[in-house]
Amino acid sequence: MNSLRTVLETGRLVVVTGSGGVGKTTMSAALGAFAASQYNRRVLVLTVDPARRLADALGLESFGNAVVEIESSALTRNGTPPAGRMFAAMIDTKASWDELIARCAPNADVRDKVLSNKLYRNLTERFVHSHDYIAMERLFEAQQSNGYDLVIVDTPPSRNALDVLDAPRRMKEFFASRLLKLLTSQAQSRLFSLAAKPFFLVADRILGARFLTDITEFFTLFRTMEEGFVKRANEVEAVLKQQDTSFMVVTTLESAPLHEAEFLIDALRERGFSLNTVIANRVTPQELIEQAQAALAKLEASIQDPSFVQAVVKATEAVEPTAGQISRVVSTIARKSAEAVRKGESEHITLEALRKRSSGSQAELCICAISGAEIAQATALVALGESVRPA
Amino acid sequence: MDDKGALARSLATTELQFAAREVSPNLFAMSMNTEDSLREYIRLFVKNPLVNTFGPLAKILDFVANAAPGVKEILAVGKLCWEVREHNYDIVIVDAEATGHIVAQVDAPAILSGLVQVGVIREQTKWMQEILHDKATTGVVIVATPEEMPVLETMQLLDTLQNTTNVGVCAVVANRVHDDVVQGGDVAVFDSLWQAVQSNAMPSDAVEALRAPMQLLNVATQRRQNEVGNLEQLVARSREGGVMFMSLMDIDAHDHGVVASMTQVLKDELQ
Repeated sequence: MNSLRTVLETGRLVVVTGSGGVGKTTMSAALGAFAASQYNRRVLVLTVDPARRLADALGLESFGNAVVEIESSALTRNGTPPAGRMFAAMIDTKASWDELIARCAPNADVRDKVLSNKLYRNLTERFVHSHDYIAMERLFEAQQSNGYDLVIVDTPPSRNALDVLDAPRRMKEFFASRLLKLLTSQAQSRLFSLAAKPFFLVADRILGARFLTDITEFFTLFRTMEEGFVKRANEVEAVLKQQDTSFMVVTTLESAPLHEAEFLIDALRERGFSLNTVIANRVTPQELIEQAQAALAKLEASIQDPSFVQAVVKATEAVEPTAGQISRVVSTIARKSAEAVRKGESEHITLEALRKRSSGSQAELCICAISGAEIAQATALVALGESVRPA
Repeated sequence: MDDKGALARSLATTELQFAAREVSPNLFAMSMNTEDSLREYIRLFVKNPLVNTFGPLAKILDFVANAAPGVKEILAVGKLCWEVREHNYDIVIVDAEATGHIVAQVDAPAILSGLVQVGVIREQTKWMQEILHDKATTGVVIVATPEEMPVLETMQLLDTLQNTTNVGVCAVVANRVHDDVVQGGDVAVFDSLWQAVQSNAMPSDAVEALRAPMQLLNVATQRRQNEVGNLEQLVARSREGGVMFMSLMDIDAHDHGVVASMTQVLKDELQ
């Protein structure tokens, strides 16, 4: 197991997974910004769906399929420029598929026929599973290029991340399928193929002969690219299992994302991927909970103390509060911070369970403290990445 | 649709299957499984003895789902529309897949009808579309937490649903909305007190008693301020689209008690 800092300093590929809404995209960008700031490395963050504000924070008009470099000035903190360079890109499924077809097609005729095929256009533009393979393709391309020392990939939420990771294997199975061979064999031989007959009878009835012909034509074209696709799928699978590739699970300590994180920890291990880091995000710092707990005893004892009330009145005199307001505000502070302490204590118990789960999977558990601030600039991303520390 | 066990936990029942089960009086639950959906489809519509020679359906489904566009989506949405068409229930509530999948799912019949010119499926996509496009029958409810990214995704989803599909949105629900720490005129008192604590402009005993508790609450206050900004955007966009907006209490856990409380909140909001 490597520490998170070691992964960022020496790793080549980091795959970030986690449930939706846990701050995975922001965390990917933050770790990328921190790595570029701290180490003399060229870092690419490849994201699936960044928020507008994240693009703003990185000083970008918008993310696109093409890689863009983040201005060095945007990552400069207290006059110190970043040690490395940061790049970012978003996966555009349609554009990436078109590029892939152009590369794998045996000739221009096949390329043009595939690109203009109605089924191909629907497949790449409308259906989600087409995204999975292309995400792996882009990851591989970036990792193999000499342009970057570290590639951080922000995957789609939760179990869909597993669809992405399984995509190369599925692609190979697709080309190896007997059904594909039957579907793309000559119509004449198909008609007499005993094995294919029931399939075609049913498929004709449900889908209609015309659609079946469209599918057959499309897959016949697609099959000409088998060699390129299968070779690439094998290479992608190998990259995912390389020593310098590590996986990361991001979660919050709420029940649903935590349940998903546990599922992902097991699923990644079952697939033989190297899970290095589990990040518990938006955690209330334990020190603050302990300090608040100690202070609460004093506060509760002070609420009725005339000298304490007098101190509060004096401190707030500029806004001329009524006695009722003073009493309400102080008792609200006591009540709500007591609730927050109880929540923090419960988080601590959850965190301990997650620590056991992580160490059982040889992964380092890190925490990122909860913050009220929105990320409005790249230096805030660097600071966020820097704040992630072992639990 | 994407069963992770949370629905079963929320309904305090055992693991859900494709076959619907009555989990409490008049409340039935099932989990979607596209292989079972294909099996049911073939049983209902194909009625061809040669089907048994297909071999394991899972293997065929795996191939077809990876190869033909929209197969998984149509098997899932087709099953739901079938239950509506047959009036098997008075209302069917679907816990849909993640945001990125929902458009492909609700639009699958329309897309497939554009691709398939004849055949049984062509006819079936017609009645599926009638069900999905009738706003008195079908409506999407979008649930979002009041953070920046979920709100942004919700607004994008509203646009996509309105611009690219004929499926209506009937409500946008903001979940896990935090309360203000203090309200009204008390905000100025709280802020003023926090300034005094930060600058040690109070006796040290008072500062000690107040600093950490107020620091803890300040995170909540800042998050609440961000939420307010995000929710304002969401409300404006939701009203523009003529959809209902509901703000709910802070709900995290998935247990039956929470579901009961949430039911009450929804009831109050809807009345």
